[in-house]
Amino acid sequence: MQFKLTVNNKVYKVDVDQDTPLLWVLRDHLHLVGTKFGCGIGQCGACSVHLNGTVIRSCLFPVIAVGDSKITTIEGLSDQNNHPVQIAWRDIDVPQCGYCQAGQIMAASSFLAENKNPTKNEIKDAMHGNICRCATYKRIEKAVEKAVEITQKTK
Amino acid sequence: MKTLKNKMDRKTFIKVSLLSGTGIIFGVNYLQASDISSKMPNDLESLNYNNFNAYIQIANNGMVTIYAPNPEIGQGVKTSMPMIVAEELDVVWENVSVKQANLDTANFKRQVAGGSQSIRYSWMHLREAGATARQMLINAAAIEWNVNASDCKTNSGFVIHPNGKKIGYGDLVVKAAKLEVPTKVTLKEPKYFKIIGKQARNVDNFKITQGDSLYGMDYFEEGMVYASIIHPPAFGQKLINIDDSEALKVKGVLEVIRIGNNIAVIATDTWAAFKGKKQVTATYDEVNKKEDSNYFDAQMDKAFESGEFKKIREDGNVLEAFSKADKVVERVYEAPFLAHNTMEPMNFFANVTPSKIELKGPIQTPEGTANQVARILKREVSEVTLEMCRIGGGFGRRLKGDYVIEAALISDKIKKPVKLVYTREDDMTAGLYRPKVKYKIKAAIKNGKVTGYHLQEASVNATVNKMRADFFPSGAVDNLLIETHRIKSKVTCFAWRAPICNILAFAEQSFFDELAIELNTSPVQLRLDLLENAKNHKDKNMQYSPDRMQAVIKKVVADANFGTSKKGVYQGFSAYYSHNSHVAQIAEVEIKDHQPVVTKVYCAVDCGIVVNPLGAQAQAEGGIIDGIGHAMYSEQIVEKGVAQNTNFHQYRLIRLKEAPEIHVSFIKSDEAPTGMGEPTLPPAPAALANAIYAATGNRLRKHPFVTNGLNS
Repeated sequence: MQFKLTVNNKVYKVDVDQDTPLLWVLRDHLHLVGTKFGCGIGQCGACSVHLNGTVIRSCLFPVIAVGDSKITTIEGLSDQNNHPVQIAWRDIDVPQCGYCQAGQIMAASSFLAENKNPTKNEIKDAMHGNICRCATYKRIEKAVEKAVEITQKTK
Repeated sequence: MKTLKNKMDRKTFIKVSLLSGTGIIFGVNYLQASDISSKMPNDLESLNYNNFNAYIQIANNGMVTIYAPNPEIGQGVKTSMPMIVAEELDVVWENVSVKQANLDTANFKRQVAGGSQSIRYSWMHLREAGATARQMLINAAAIEWNVNASDCKTNSGFVIHPNGKKIGYGDLVVKAAKLEVPTKVTLKEPKYFKIIGKQARNVDNFKITQGDSLYGMDYFEEGMVYASIIHPPAFGQKLINIDDSEALKVKGVLEVIRIGNNIAVIATDTWAAFKGKKQVTATYDEVNKKEDSNYFDAQMDKAFESGEFKKIREDGNVLEAFSKADKVVERVYEAPFLAHNTMEPMNFFANVTPSKIELKGPIQTPEGTANQVARILKREVSEVTLEMCRIGGGFGRRLKGDYVIEAALISDKIKKPVKLVYTREDDMTAGLYRPKVKYKIKAAIKNGKVTGYHLQEASVNATVNKMRADFFPSGAVDNLLIETHRIKSKVTCFAWRAPICNILAFAEQSFFDELAIELNTSPVQLRLDLLENAKNHKDKNMQYSPDRMQAVIKKVVADANFGTSKKGVYQGFSAYYSHNSHVAQIAEVEIKDHQPVVTKVYCAVDCGIVVNPLGAQAQAEGGIIDGIGHAMYSEQIVEKGVAQNTNFHQYRLIRLKEAPEIHVSFIKSDEAPTGMGEPTLPPAPAALANAIYAATGNRLRKHPFVTNGLNS
């Protein structure tokens, strides 16, 4: 089946089965490989992308359900790798192996778009769904706080 | 200053190509790259670099590239190993570009990520590589200026003479690379280090945060196909027959083939390969019902009853110590199988053609694996190239290249370049687990002192070895016996982050906590006393330093104010030496909603010189949370040969809200550095269990705690 997808403000045409998860359309067909395959059942969050700004698990999201929605992946989160969350992630030096971090960044950026001034507990709740096997959790918490700080300073 | 004979092979120095001779031809300004104020060009890749030696390239404009020789699995060596080279080369770290080396046995030593040994093994070698290049640059400047090389110094990418002359490395590199390789090089004294010991961020952070293609999973080339794999559902099962008729109807599935005892589904994309896999039906022979977690438990108990054990280490007279004891304390500790669960599932690219074998992907043992692939395909090792990439977690799983061999066999059979991708279920159920194990430990107490120690291990497939038997308390207790009993099984077991120690330390460090209570002494004082005793023990095999161990204990006790009770905070102590580093920890537990919750862990580490404090700190944070997470929540269960927990809905891993605060102190040291990938993990589970006991009186001796008594 033919699908027209808007990913990172660019329109792509793909010919795939309608049940193909968005994850594999992004990775194998559009070669946007920043979005990662971790578990395939929505448990780990490595495949997190934004659908009209809201974070979803692309491994469970069939391409047919995308419709006219706008998809944002890690590659399109900012023009120059300068979203406050991306800057904070580098500043706090979050990544160890780094494999889950695109998903973490997409989860954090969607959360901060909704909640501009979160409490520590709200940050913890928001980031609890993404597994990091290297256990960079403490730096993830700090980096989300840092991103809030950067956002507020640049206002 | 330390002077040493250069051991580097002359052949490792690749002569400079004259094509790239002049530097100015590239049209970029002479940014003496080594000058921190200089502006970096936007496109570093476009610069032409001179191959100076296997680790170092210096462009004519002074830009420096350093190759990271070892696999990067998240342990930080892609940052820390080049830092060591840069230190001795004497350049500005911020202006160094780091690249991953490929497998190259002619030029690099031990390209392995394992045993926390990358830094320890390569410390001198990396320094020599940097210092040798630096000396050649000095020699080139001396010739240029007609002065004595010994009068020249370097600073941040420049050679300097006392007469005021100053020249950048970029202007010297062509000449320098043509000079004789010095037979003697001088290494810096640690007090002059400018890069080692300073916080450096992960060199791939920029690429990671924008989702660049970095991992084996991300690899793509035109013409390649994708493969999924079906292993037998039960361990030890033999594949009999394949019915692929339904699978071949799936759009995108190209073919279904048998690879030894496994089935591979070849498709045009990953999703089609995964879909096709579900449509394959296959028949297998009977499962051996004895391959079962309950059966293994019974076998372990039987071993303890029968006393059939193999001696690993024996000191003094244990029998006598126990017969004369005032009191004998005996406890059993146990732990389940664990899967590694790297975030990036197993995958590998292989292109086997009549003339060459190309391999690309995540592997902790590139050399051994390349050799194995050559052997299995009956080809020459020289035909194999292995391209290394950033790796989405290792934890020991990728020390074994079984999936690389599978990819190579598939490519060989279908005559196409292929990327094999495991599903999470394939990854989690395919074995190579941390061994399921029980430890029975007995201590003899006489006149308030520990006079005898007897440890028996009953374990599936992998057992404690001689080296680990030489860890504490060997040497600290005069009469000591370490024994093991191996239960053979088809359930494959393998190295899992801090092998053996990850559970042996839990057993022993919990046991000493229990002993301290029996002896009515502080757990810290008991360890310090035993370590004092170890100082009198003359045993060249003894693996730890009692002095360094005491120092980390004292440091963590001070950091955590151990023993001075904070209201509602309960502390548990643990200390362990493994992988050449000494570590002590204190966990703090509070009761929240009637549950013990770990809120903070203090950690003191002696790993010698800390190359990258930011990275070392990250390893400690990760190692401790990893140890706590697996002790609390995780297990793999095998029933009638089949792994029961297939994905993260069944296999619980620690998540963000469950992770405690971590406080890490490093002992200041001029000793050569040791690794940080593993040694902070082993002490953590016991620190936690001991704190939970302090908080609740509930002694947890079996992992995972959530299903084995935490809530009782």
